[in-house]
Amino acid sequence: MLENFNPLKGEMLQILSETGEVRRDLEPQLSPAHLRKIYGLMVTTRIADLKALKLQRQGRLGTFAPSLGHEACQVGSAFCLSKEDWVFPYFRDLGTYLTLGFPLKNFFLYWMGNEEALRIPEGLNIFTISIPVGSHLPHAVGCALALKYQHRPSAVVAYFGDGATSEGDFHEALNFAGVFRTPNVFICFNNQYAISTPVRSQTASLNIAMKAAAYGLQGLLVDGNDVLAMAVATREALNKARSGGGSTLIEALTYRLGNHTTSDDASRYRTETEVEEWRKKDPIDRFKAYLKSKDLWDEAFESRIQQEAEEETNQAVAEAEGAPPPEPEDLFIHTFAGLTPELEDQLSALKNRVREDER
Amino acid sequence: MMINMVQALNQAMRQEMERDDRVIILGEDVGVDGGVFRLTEGLLEQFGRERVIDTPLAESAIIGTSIGLAVAGLRPVAEIQFMGFIYLAMNQIISHAARLRNRSRGRYTVPLVVRTPYGAGIRALEHHSESTEALFCHIPGLKVVVPSTPADAKGLLIASIRDEDPVIFLEPTKLYRAGRQEVPEDPYEIPLGKAKITREGEDLTIVAWGAMMPIVERAAEQVEKEGVFPEVIDLRTLAPMDRETILSSVARTGRLLIVHEAPKTCGLGAEIAAHVSEKAIFSLEAPILRVTAPDITVPLAKGEDYYYPNPGLVVRAIKKIMEQ
Repeated sequence: MLENFNPLKGEMLQILSETGEVRRDLEPQLSPAHLRKIYGLMVTTRIADLKALKLQRQGRLGTFAPSLGHEACQVGSAFCLSKEDWVFPYFRDLGTYLTLGFPLKNFFLYWMGNEEALRIPEGLNIFTISIPVGSHLPHAVGCALALKYQHRPSAVVAYFGDGATSEGDFHEALNFAGVFRTPNVFICFNNQYAISTPVRSQTASLNIAMKAAAYGLQGLLVDGNDVLAMAVATREALNKARSGGGSTLIEALTYRLGNHTTSDDASRYRTETEVEEWRKKDPIDRFKAYLKSKDLWDEAFESRIQQEAEEETNQAVAEAEGAPPPEPEDLFIHTFAGLTPELEDQLSALKNRVREDER
Repeated sequence: MMINMVQALNQAMRQEMERDDRVIILGEDVGVDGGVFRLTEGLLEQFGRERVIDTPLAESAIIGTSIGLAVAGLRPVAEIQFMGFIYLAMNQIISHAARLRNRSRGRYTVPLVVRTPYGAGIRALEHHSESTEALFCHIPGLKVVVPSTPADAKGLLIASIRDEDPVIFLEPTKLYRAGRQEVPEDPYEIPLGKAKITREGEDLTIVAWGAMMPIVERAAEQVEKEGVFPEVIDLRTLAPMDRETILSSVARTGRLLIVHEAPKTCGLGAEIAAHVSEKAIFSLEAPILRVTAPDITVPLAKGEDYYYPNPGLVVRAIKKIMEQ
């Protein structure tokens, strides 16, 4: 199926159209429970995301990169992963974390500024958030190479934005993935802006998916606001990777409805008309219409989902706000496996400073 | 067995790969070619392409991929062909390898060794004579090791491979084939963070490492004939530094000379001098001196002798300190 959509010709996989049509030949056979689960995750993502924005405005949370508009590409792709697969996220991946079972408390705690948040719970193969753009892509390739070496039939997914595709590490990682035929799935959320830089100023390529061809990889352009298309594309790429077929580059075409981060003002570089056009393509609305057509959505379901999401979010915020701040030791003991004599001296100097400051 | 540093390092990698199948090697030309200096010769034949990996020419991805391998449970030994090319991987080393343990609060660690030929004195092309060890010593989370003899090279590399944290392992190119030494056949570790007193003396302390060691030794032999007895410390691990050995030596001798081939400003000598000043200034009977390269770009072959410290320069510095 992947090869039926040629990115070099600009062909894009879409299952749910913006006007409500469904490509029955490509429609995944997901159970009603799964469909409703996906919807619930998308709604929770949005509610938690908006909550974080509100907390930031109230001064209760630091700089934060909102996911508004990314719910379909995040949830749709992450939903296909198994526990044995690895995920290398970037910094705008709330729906991905939620879908994989990363504690929502840790999400809030991270943006509140506590490293403890990235102590990933055992059993979750999620890598830490990587801030330097695109530099985690070689890590994903190395991890995939290790799985191959260990003869584990798992895949490694890396998420990144359109800006990352201009970085050298994107090129180097995809090149390594091609040469070593690693089980990677590279998922680019093309939300059309890297802060203020539009994707047309980022690359002269027709699209991002076509770049795969240069590395001997399969590329696939997907409607990133169509959660079913994201799920189908990711599942297929994962199966290919797990069975030794090599890596895939998926470009999820979407739109960042919010600012780059809470420190950004997107009105400086794009028009309200443009944003309004994309609001009409809202991924949650589109999926809701699909569920409705299958008699899987009604007002009662919606209010239950909303309520559960609110409760989960409020609980997570309360836990994050109640988490203790780090002690001086916490800042030192993870520099190396053990404290060096010099670090011991510096830690005791810091403790003295704290005592003096408190006097 | 009498072997040189290249053979000692090769033996260290071979024995660690035999002992632990998580140890793998990757880099440019490390497989079929056995490395441009033949450090990895014979390893591809013995361990196969899965464990001795010829990579595309991309330093950032060599280190970045190694980080991923390490996180997934392997113990990569990555070769950067020359230290002058390691800068392409600086973001991976500084922003990720050094920080992942801390960023993940210990969940993800990077037991990675980055090996690279280091230092001048070999009449090389531009970028093939770098000694920018101080850049790495400045970064929390990195260990930096420089051997100066075949036997140390073997034990230090084995310890680095077994270490749980990233190690920048700098191999003085000038010493690769500079001489043979009796090196024990069985694997052994020389603990990281421990300096070695290579010559005992009571008149002054000289701290050096890598290819400066034979130069310092020659200077020491010369001044001993004139009745001055230096204590010579081979630092071996630059980060974390064995501050204790330096301080206790200076407490005895009251004089300190630091010799490094790197440029002077913000070189590691500055940190050693500052530390001794903070901790032991009242033991000092003379100002601390440094013999270093000047703060200039490493010259090409024809100008290299102006750059590189030699025994005469070290002897004159020793005499200057002893005059005080």
